[in-house]
Amino acid sequence: MAEPTTVRGPVRRPEASTLAERLRPYRVLLASRARAQMQYRTSFVTDVLGTLGAGLAEFAEVWVIFHNVDVLGGLDFTAALLVFALSNLAFALADMVVGHLDQLPTYIRAGQVDAFYVRPLPLLAQLVTSDLSLRRVGRMSVAVVALVVALTTASIAWSWATVALLVLTVVSGTAIFSALFTAAGGLQFFLVDGSEFTNAFTYGGSYAAQQSQQVFPNLLRIFWMFVVPTAFVAYVPAVAILDLPGDPLVPTWLAWCTPLAAAFAWALAALCWRVGTRHYEGAGG
Amino acid sequence: MATFWLLVRAGFRRHSTYRLALLAGMTTNSVFGLIRASIVLAAVASAGSAIGGYDAPTAVAFVWWGQALLGTVNLWGFQEVGQRVRTGDIAIDFLRPLDPQFAYLAADLGRAGINLIARGAPALLVGALLFDMAWPPGAMGWVAGMVSVALAVVVAFAGSFVVNLLAFWLVEVRGIRLLYMIFGGLLCGLYVPVPWFPDWLRTIAQWSPFPSMLQNPIDILAGRVTGAQVLPTIASQVFWAVALVALGQVVMRAGRRRLEVQGG
Repeated sequence: MAEPTTVRGPVRRPEASTLAERLRPYRVLLASRARAQMQYRTSFVTDVLGTLGAGLAEFAEVWVIFHNVDVLGGLDFTAALLVFALSNLAFALADMVVGHLDQLPTYIRAGQVDAFYVRPLPLLAQLVTSDLSLRRVGRMSVAVVALVVALTTASIAWSWATVALLVLTVVSGTAIFSALFTAAGGLQFFLVDGSEFTNAFTYGGSYAAQQSQQVFPNLLRIFWMFVVPTAFVAYVPAVAILDLPGDPLVPTWLAWCTPLAAAFAWALAALCWRVGTRHYEGAGG
Repeated sequence: MATFWLLVRAGFRRHSTYRLALLAGMTTNSVFGLIRASIVLAAVASAGSAIGGYDAPTAVAFVWWGQALLGTVNLWGFQEVGQRVRTGDIAIDFLRPLDPQFAYLAADLGRAGINLIARGAPALLVGALLFDMAWPPGAMGWVAGMVSVALAVVVAFAGSFVVNLLAFWLVEVRGIRLLYMIFGGLLCGLYVPVPWFPDWLRTIAQWSPFPSMLQNPIDILAGRVTGAQVLPTIASQVFWAVALVALGQVVMRAGRRRLEVQGG
């Protein structure tokens, strides 16, 4: 399976364990997951096409609405496309890396979480590396194409700051969605049968992130900004990148605060995960 | 017929056991309802007063009935039958003194019933409390709407049943199921109403069974389709229900002849 371990020195001192060595088990695990998915080629292609189709269907929704209107929530089609692309790219990336935390209720019910606990790696790290959903590249490619089209057709005053903001947005957006998946995972220890509760803010948050936040009533806008901060994934940076006027709640400098939103989301996620795992008492037996 | 009702009740009771799951589903449906309603309201406001026959209250009703019926009508389909074909358990279904399609349909109607009451109705209430919503004009509209919902459940079941039965030939039907879910989700009018589609896409939708699974009952319950128009709306659902149930019978018989279960 893995390449044979090469031991360089006769005795290895404990302080010689570098970061690379400590991460090695995860690298081996992820590589094996990736290889495993490629074994059944037809099945893998089907899954990729499936997520591609799902991405296209989501795009169709935006497209059909703009077939009927020119402006929605202060955004024209190109601007809406940019918001759609940024949020979908971040969501697909997060879904690929940690989306399978969704499987946690199944593990809890089957008592398989206990098996994770006896292994010498942290629970969350094991769950995250338990899969690497490469099939999400289908959905990701829809987002990337949309992003390229939006960035080339929109009139953007390009500068290094714009490029930096774009990169920062994709990284922070992925972090925000990953945090939501992790928070959902932590809550699953309480919910089990009610696992669908968390879909309200993971998938619901992703759906809200794709929209111009101006369509929402104020209370909902505040919620998507300061409680479940998915407005920062796409809308807030897109408004800054396109230099759009007229949204009093979203000054341009706020776009640079996406890492703060990500940090906040991760603080919530860490809390949920900690409380959840503390609550878990094992499957017995 | 007595057996049928017994199975409907069993399906109802089976799915009413998971109360937390019903509450969770209703919460998620409500959150999506809030988001969708905000979007369609913004769209209608941006277009002027109405799009494709939907003014603001009708559009809101479209969204919330869609969310309410999402758990009732099995839009995404099921995999149970396909898995039973794959494992060979379907042979046991064939041994029973009941038609398998008939038995699964009864169980699905029971599932739909509990989901409509415990998951759909509360989500609808949330929508009605938060938004100005259109309702069917008069008692006849409600009756027609409920008949249409029941037909939608049958059409969605029968369609997914056929997809599941393809496992007799393909063993793994996941790819077909994915295609069915993607096209179905788009064409049934869950995301955006079918009348909002561009002409070519609307034509495709209208020639497919998918609007019969959601758009038709919603149109009646949102009061967009009234009076004499109700009849053709329900007639197209009856057509698809009969056609897909018949197709299911044909496919099931062909598959039964092909079936070879090993081991004993």
